[in-house]
Amino acid sequence: MPAPCKTTVAVFKFSSCDGCQLQLLNMEDEILSLANEVEIAYFLEARRRTLPGPYDVALVEGSVTTPDEVERIKAIRGQSKFLVALGTCATAGGIQALRNYADADEYARAVYPHPEYLHFLPTATPIAEHVPVDLELWGCPINKGDFLEVISALLQNRKPNLPQHSVCLECKRRGLACVIVAKNTLCLGPATRSGCGALCPSCGRGCYGCFGPQPGMDLNSLVPTLRAMEKERGETARLLRHVSGYAPAFSKAAESILEEEKKQ
Amino acid sequence: MTASNTKIVNNIEVPALARVEGEGGLYIGVQDGKIKEIRVDIYEPPRFFEGFLRGRSMFEVPDITARICGICPVAYQMSAVNALEASQGVTVTPAIRALRKLLYCAEYIESHALHIFLLQAPDLLGQESAISLAAVAPEVVTKALRMKKVGNAILRVIGGRSVHPVSTVVGGFYRWPEKENLTALLPELEWSLTAAAETVRWATTLPYPDLEIDCEYVALHHPQEYGVLDGEIVSSSGQKISVAEYEKYYLEEHVRHSNSLHSHTRDGKKYMVGPLARLNLNSEQLGPAAQSLMKELKIKPPIHNPFKALLARTLELIDAYEDAIRLIKGYNPEGPSRVEFEPKAGEGCGASEAPRGLLFHKYSVDGQGLVQKARIVPPTSQNLARMEADLWEFAPKVLDKPHEQATLACEHLVRSYDPCISCATHFVRWECKDGE
Repeated sequence: MPAPCKTTVAVFKFSSCDGCQLQLLNMEDEILSLANEVEIAYFLEARRRTLPGPYDVALVEGSVTTPDEVERIKAIRGQSKFLVALGTCATAGGIQALRNYADADEYARAVYPHPEYLHFLPTATPIAEHVPVDLELWGCPINKGDFLEVISALLQNRKPNLPQHSVCLECKRRGLACVIVAKNTLCLGPATRSGCGALCPSCGRGCYGCFGPQPGMDLNSLVPTLRAMEKERGETARLLRHVSGYAPAFSKAAESILEEEKKQ
Repeated sequence: MTASNTKIVNNIEVPALARVEGEGGLYIGVQDGKIKEIRVDIYEPPRFFEGFLRGRSMFEVPDITARICGICPVAYQMSAVNALEASQGVTVTPAIRALRKLLYCAEYIESHALHIFLLQAPDLLGQESAISLAAVAPEVVTKALRMKKVGNAILRVIGGRSVHPVSTVVGGFYRWPEKENLTALLPELEWSLTAAAETVRWATTLPYPDLEIDCEYVALHHPQEYGVLDGEIVSSSGQKISVAEYEKYYLEEHVRHSNSLHSHTRDGKKYMVGPLARLNLNSEQLGPAAQSLMKELKIKPPIHNPFKALLARTLELIDAYEDAIRLIKGYNPEGPSRVEFEPKAGEGCGASEAPRGLLFHKYSVDGQGLVQKARIVPPTSQNLARMEADLWEFAPKVLDKPHEQATLACEHLVRSYDPCISCATHFVRWECKDGE
């Protein structure tokens, strides 16, 4: 029997690719000791046994896209002391939030022979639009190191120490040549939260914003720079409307570009 | 619960399947000792990828399709680039193709090791998970995690990270990885190759439930190698077609209990894709390590027991390690990592063998390289009808067992397919879109 004092952790999935849950299973060196430290009470992708709530920590992957999910997240919130939104689907709606800028009914008619069999909402929305969230951990997928920091901090009853700087700064730290300057490549790095270690610039390509907008970052200076570099119209708007496209800062910036382009 | 509850006492209901990727359930309706209804329910919400791919640049497609599945993003990138390169008449260099094969080996290692040990083996060892298995047999789980880890390490060297790697582009790679970063992984791969041989031997000793099915197997076939990256589509009925002809021969229908479409052949047969289908159709092309183990252990495909997909996975796992070692030793990045081309209007089909089976993509793009139409047929939707058909064969054999045991056995059958339900919920019907 588990010791009663162990912190109980539950992992829940909403609309997503499972990649953030997989990042938990990808902690090959840490997962077994983590399973000893905490009571993994609910984690369907990993185990069949489930324990009923309440839970000390709920880790929620995915965005809310169906009427059922609206109810389910409320129930989960009700039985969880500390709720972490895990990954960019949970913090910003994820890639499926691109439907928020289109007609989801039209998508359904185009995709399914019997759209009437489906139950879905017109939008894909982050967890915080539905219930209070205690901590948001960004990333598509999340960074394993950041995740371990969050869990350790919770177990030690302290505030997690998560990166607050931009991908741009990460490039400087790694001594990588700036892809905007050196390669004339569109890059969201100056406005994107770090967490990946400047992965895309290190591959010689531009950042597409997996970890969401860097808090407090001013897109008004970056956007004109990027637009002046466009080889074809619409590139900057598409870059903003990517995996983190529904995050307010990126969403607003894309919207103003599109409005301006419409006027032209 | 209704009054009919008193009559229907033995229904098997699994509202949420564990140790599968995504959200699905299982329902077997039993009345008076007879099975009336079987459903593998897919309630993973639709995410409409084919909808929002429209209007995106073809160069953004691999980054977007990767997000269909966190476990097999490389498969979604490879089928996408195959289809888009076909639409542009672009052929990649042998060096690019070799690196793609290595990237795919890494995904097979990571995905198969996960499924063999963490998802399916607990069913065969009487455990609810690898976590409980670790309490009684820590050496098995520790070994499994180490075997899996090296796959993720290769993914990181080539693609920057293991989930949603970033180096793949239509035409090749954004950059070549450093040779020394790959060769540094050789000792761990050699260790894994030995561990994988033990794994195949171990897999032949597991207590698989009895089940023999009569079914059609469908997989890619490549003339020179075990078909994974590309090839023609072959079936156990002797049919051989090009990837471009796929839609003429394999059809989908939308059933009410599923947010996924069910596939069948054009003459109405339910078919199987995945490791067992590949092994049954292409086993002679596995490398020397797998061949010698098949000989030693008297493994003689075709194998018609779906539970033994685990055994097929272990053979593919050892093959992936052996192939990865060969590809790393021969890695010699020459010339540009990417074939440059000017986008033009065109339409193209592409397929590759995801760890779970045949993955078909089709795109049409306009003169600026923007996607006009997209269609994706994932392996799990092709297997769904087969899963239900197998359950019709299997469930009557276990109905007399205690309820919990019968439920577990039926769940195990579904899990043996390694269903990837997140993948299975976004399909497009090409004909519908033509009506726009």
